[in-house]
Amino acid sequence: MTGIDLDRWEVVIGLEVHAELATRTKLFSAAPNEFGGAPNTHIDPLTLGLPGSLPVLNEHAVELAIRVGLALNCTVQRSVFARKNYFYPDQPKNYQISQYELPINVDGWLELPSGQQVGIERAHLEEDTGKSTHVGGGGRIHEAEYSLVDLNRAGVPLLEIVGRPDLRTGEEARAYVSELRAILVAVGASDGKMEEGSLRVDCNVSVRERGAAELGTRCEIKNINSLRSLGRAIDYEAARQVDLITAGDRVVQQTRHWNEDDGRTHTLRSKEEADDYRYFPDPDLVTLDPDPSWIERVRLALPPLPAARRHRLAETAGVPLEQTALIVERGLDELCLAAVAAGADPARTITHAEHNLSDERARALDPAAFAALVGMEVGGQLTATQAKAVLAELVEQGGDPVAIAAARGYEAMDDAELEGLVDGLIAEHPEEWARFCDGDGKITGFFVGKVMKATQGKADGKAVTALLNSRKG
Amino acid sequence: MPSSEPDAPITSADVAKVASLARLRLDDAELERFTHQLADILGHAADLETLDLAGVEPMAHPIPLVNVLRPDVPGDLVDRDEALAQAPAAEDGQFRVPPVLGEAP
Repeated sequence: MTGIDLDRWEVVIGLEVHAELATRTKLFSAAPNEFGGAPNTHIDPLTLGLPGSLPVLNEHAVELAIRVGLALNCTVQRSVFARKNYFYPDQPKNYQISQYELPINVDGWLELPSGQQVGIERAHLEEDTGKSTHVGGGGRIHEAEYSLVDLNRAGVPLLEIVGRPDLRTGEEARAYVSELRAILVAVGASDGKMEEGSLRVDCNVSVRERGAAELGTRCEIKNINSLRSLGRAIDYEAARQVDLITAGDRVVQQTRHWNEDDGRTHTLRSKEEADDYRYFPDPDLVTLDPDPSWIERVRLALPPLPAARRHRLAETAGVPLEQTALIVERGLDELCLAAVAAGADPARTITHAEHNLSDERARALDPAAFAALVGMEVGGQLTATQAKAVLAELVEQGGDPVAIAAARGYEAMDDAELEGLVDGLIAEHPEEWARFCDGDGKITGFFVGKVMKATQGKADGKAVTALLNSRKG
Repeated sequence: MPSSEPDAPITSADVAKVASLARLRLDDAELERFTHQLADILGHAADLETLDLAGVEPMAHPIPLVNVLRPDVPGDLVDRDEALAQAPAAEDGQFRVPPVLGEAP
């Protein structure tokens, strides 16, 4: 299977993300919501589905759901809990409590770092299931001899965030999950750990010929455990569907399982037979109708969100939006804004933050020292290379950039000294100089290198190039 | 309802399907009896549909209460061994169940 012809085919992707909410207890009972722990130690009568046990909604889970809904520009509305009925040993009640016709959050959107907006259909509350381990048959589900069930996770609050099919590439899908994760973490709703299952992604993929009005038949891919797998799974699945169609076959709507080891998706079951969940309102739970004043309190307490932070930085520093993505992701935007406010050149500040501040400790950098360093570089007292070295030392040890530069022996070269050096080199190397004058750009490096060697790296490469050009006559 | 036409009367095939989804085994006599009973219930619902209910909010719950919430505070747990002792089979601190075909939905 090879890559598909994207001039002919369009891939349509919609994601469903389940986020475990960072509460202390479960959605409907007071058993702890903690990752790990010995099996079946976080259980109470409701988790076990014992007769007579009744669910009572966790207020903090609602608060977190509202935070996420508002952060995703959703309408927060009156909602009703419903029973989704199916039999599986990891949920002993034989139904999962979810929200169906009336979810708490509807009709929102989020903005990717590229500026693209992706629609959010809904973000509803539901309970998680337990964990099954299949024993025998090499761990393969269809050949297992029996299964073991741990109910620690059963009843943990989840927010299922259903995105609209607005995504077109694996790269966009990854950017969407990454943005969603950043939002969930920013509002304190989730720890965002995909590797611990705090964030689980199901992916709907279909393909259609470009220009077609109708969507193709979609397949849902489960078991995607990382952003890397998400991109791989989409690429594989889109190619599989295009192969089917071009061979005159048709795509069957079904759930498929991503296998990280062989890099393929496999059939789990066909969708038609499994989809009859007979939802109905759960009579054990009353309507949830958050007071407008509660919603407003939550709105006012929201922290600045990644998209707003990117826009603010882009506008303040006068750089394109895309250039701010990594800086905001690393949490360096406040530092940059403070440095610019302290008088630092915005473009140089952004360049350093993007390329030279990957160290985690950079967040603790003193904005005044950072601004002073940028000032020294822009003022010609330090070359770009020297500025980078001083910055690295500032991140590691703090201190004063002027003192660090002096201790390292970085002194601005005298203009006259540099001119004499360059003129001397021109005289010593007439052949190379003739090539430079003929417009051979590659030879520039020869002269710059000689100057750097003679000055032990103190010269400013840009100044040398400018000087060479001025000598061309 | 499983009937393809919303107004079509419920058939014993519909009831058989719902029963199988609910893991209920019904014999022919039961199937017939429940089909009649369900038809009566749906007939009552159909009567309600003839009323003009524009502007009446659907009632999700008979009790006029909203927002019954509890604080997010841990409470009492069930002892694992006690829970496992009530299960037909257990192993390594977990419930042991027959092999399941297919993944959970």
